[in-house]
This record gives sequence, C-alpha cells and structure tokens, in this order.
Amino acid sequence: MAWDFESDRPIYTQLLEKIQQMIISGKYQPGDRLPSVRDLSTEAEVNPNTMQRALQELERQGLVYSQRTSGRMITDDIVLIKAMKQKVAIEYMKKFLGTMKELGFSKAEIIELLSDMNSE
Amino acid sequence: MSDFLLEARGVSKLFGNKTALDNFSIRIGRGKLVGLLGPNGSGKSTFIKLCNGLLQPSSGEILIDGKSIGIETKKIVSYLPERTYLDNGMSPKDYIQYFSDFYEDFDPKKANEMLGNLKIDPEQKLKTMSKGTKEKVQLILVMSRNAKLYLLDEPIGGVDPAARDYILNTIIRNYNPEATVVISTHLITDIEPVLDEAIFIKDGQLVLYMPVDDIREREGKSVDALFREVFRC
Repeated sequence: MAWDFESDRPIYTQLLEKIQQMIISGKYQPGDRLPSVRDLSTEAEVNPNTMQRALQELERQGLVYSQRTSGRMITDDIVLIKAMKQKVAIEYMKKFLGTMKELGFSKAEIIELLSDMNSE
Repeated sequence: MSDFLLEARGVSKLFGNKTALDNFSIRIGRGKLVGLLGPNGSGKSTFIKLCNGLLQPSSGEILIDGKSIGIETKKIVSYLPERTYLDNGMSPKDYIQYFSDFYEDFDPKKANEMLGNLKIDPEQKLKTMSKGTKEKVQLILVMSRNAKLYLLDEPIGGVDPAARDYILNTIIRNYNPEATVVISTHLITDIEPVLDEAIFIKDGQLVLYMPVDDIREREGKSVDALFREVFRC
C-alpha cells in the first residue's frame, strides 16, 4: 500500500516526518533494523533517491545510524527519541492552539474543554 | 565517461511542414527516474523514438553515454514502445529465449522471477492473454535487461490500478544508481512520488526540467497541479 502524500509540500519532508513518527510511536523500536532503502521505497512507492535523502537526514538527527554490514539501525538512545517525541508533540500543539485561537478560544477555555473531554 | 547519460543538443524533428520537436535540448544524469510529461501530441514519443534511433533528427544531435545514436547505444538502451510489438503466436518463454539471444545484457532469471510473481504461465501463448497481461509481459522483458537507459513510452496508460502498482514497483525495485529510466506519460499523480525529475514538453519545446521536490518547494503545489496550469486548454 503506497503512503499518502500531501500535494503542496516536498515528498522528502513528508517521508522524513513519517519515518520519524514510526520511530517515536514505537512502531520501530530502539535498536531495530530499518528495512533497506529498496524495500522502504517499494513499500511507500517513492523514488529511492528521495528515500535515501530522508534516511540520511534521520542519520544526521541521530535517530538512525548506519552499520557497515547490516544497514541502518534505529538508535538505542531512548532520551533522544523522547526529546524528538516532545518536539513533534509541541509542533502539533502549536498548530492546534493556532486553530483554536482563530476560532476565538482563550487558553483557559481550551484547557477547560480539554479536561471536560478527558472526563467523558 | 560523460557526466550525462542522455544529452540532446538543439534537436528538431519535422514531419512534412509539422514541427514535432523544436530545438529541444536537455542533459539528464545517471541514476535518475525522470518523467517526460506533456499532453498528447506534445512530442514525447518523437523524442523517445529519436533516442533509440527509430527516427532521425532533422537537425541537432542526441548523445547517450557520450555516443551518437547507433549500434553502440542500442546495446545500452531498453525501450518499451507505446504499442506492444509482441507476436501473438509466441509465448513468454519463446520471448525470453529470443531476448537472451538478442541482448547481451538480458537476464532470463530476472524475467522468469517476475513472470512467477505475476503468476503468468511462461508457456501460454500471447494470443490467449488479456491486453493488460501482454503489456506486463512486454514490460518484464524490457526491465529484465541490465541497460543503462530505459525509455518507457506510456507504460501506465492502459492498465488497471493493480497492474499500475506492479509496474511502478518494478521500476523502483530495479533501481540502479548507474541507470536512468525515462517514463513518458500524461498521468502524473500516480507516478509523481516515484520521480526524481520532471520534464514538461509542449508543442515540441522544453518548458521545464526540474527535480520534483524543487517544484513542490518552490511552487507549493504538486507537479500534477503545475502541469494542469501550464497545459490548461
């Protein structure tokens, strides 16, 4: 099943985000081996060079690392994964708060709504 | 070794007084999946036929791996025509033998493996196969060569979505950093994430040649959306 992409942004960025998400959500566990570029790009139905670029960026961020003989592995650094998770969550929250602000909600109202939803 | 795998220098092609290709220049690198995108009659097939020597340019020249089009370039170019040339009386097995005799770079093991994946019987005569199955057989033969340049003229035009997925998967799976695949089509959405670069061609002229993600970055829209703008009727 091909992965879905939004049409208004580079595919590279979206690949990067999707794989980041699979790492921080635990679909890929710390220390797991990542599928090869060929397998990943076949699964996603994307260009192998674009996939390669996304994986190199993940390497730069430290989320994955290369092992000469066995391909790419997910980092064992749980602290780093947690920090990335936090960072992504904050980005989502900012987007959410922006939308709520546009709808005319104050911070207090948002918090109230959220805690109401929680108790339902 | 030339830096570019495929180079066209001011290529024009006239059919009578009709200009099919108009001073067309381009330089395409190695290890790229390239979409040759344009509406019907824009010159896509003409360019592909010039690249494999089925047509001669009226002016200008084309170089593949630094060589003029001829026997040497035919050895390294694998071509999927718009319409299949396969003979109905033959079977895939016959064609595997034929291609093995004809092309030094043909890999019969690869071909048999792909036939197996698609559950196509190598002994079955082509005349008893559906149009889509025949197209798959043709694509398998073309992709089973270890060529440097693959020229695929409308490979996803007439096939169902499952076959389309298989074709795109085959192209991705066979990716080789030394080889370039040029895919002509007007169905862009399906193929866009698979491409490194897009060529827009209109009335035989080059409109744009750019990496797909650069288009998306710069325009804030997909190649498909940009195509619809550029080629609005």
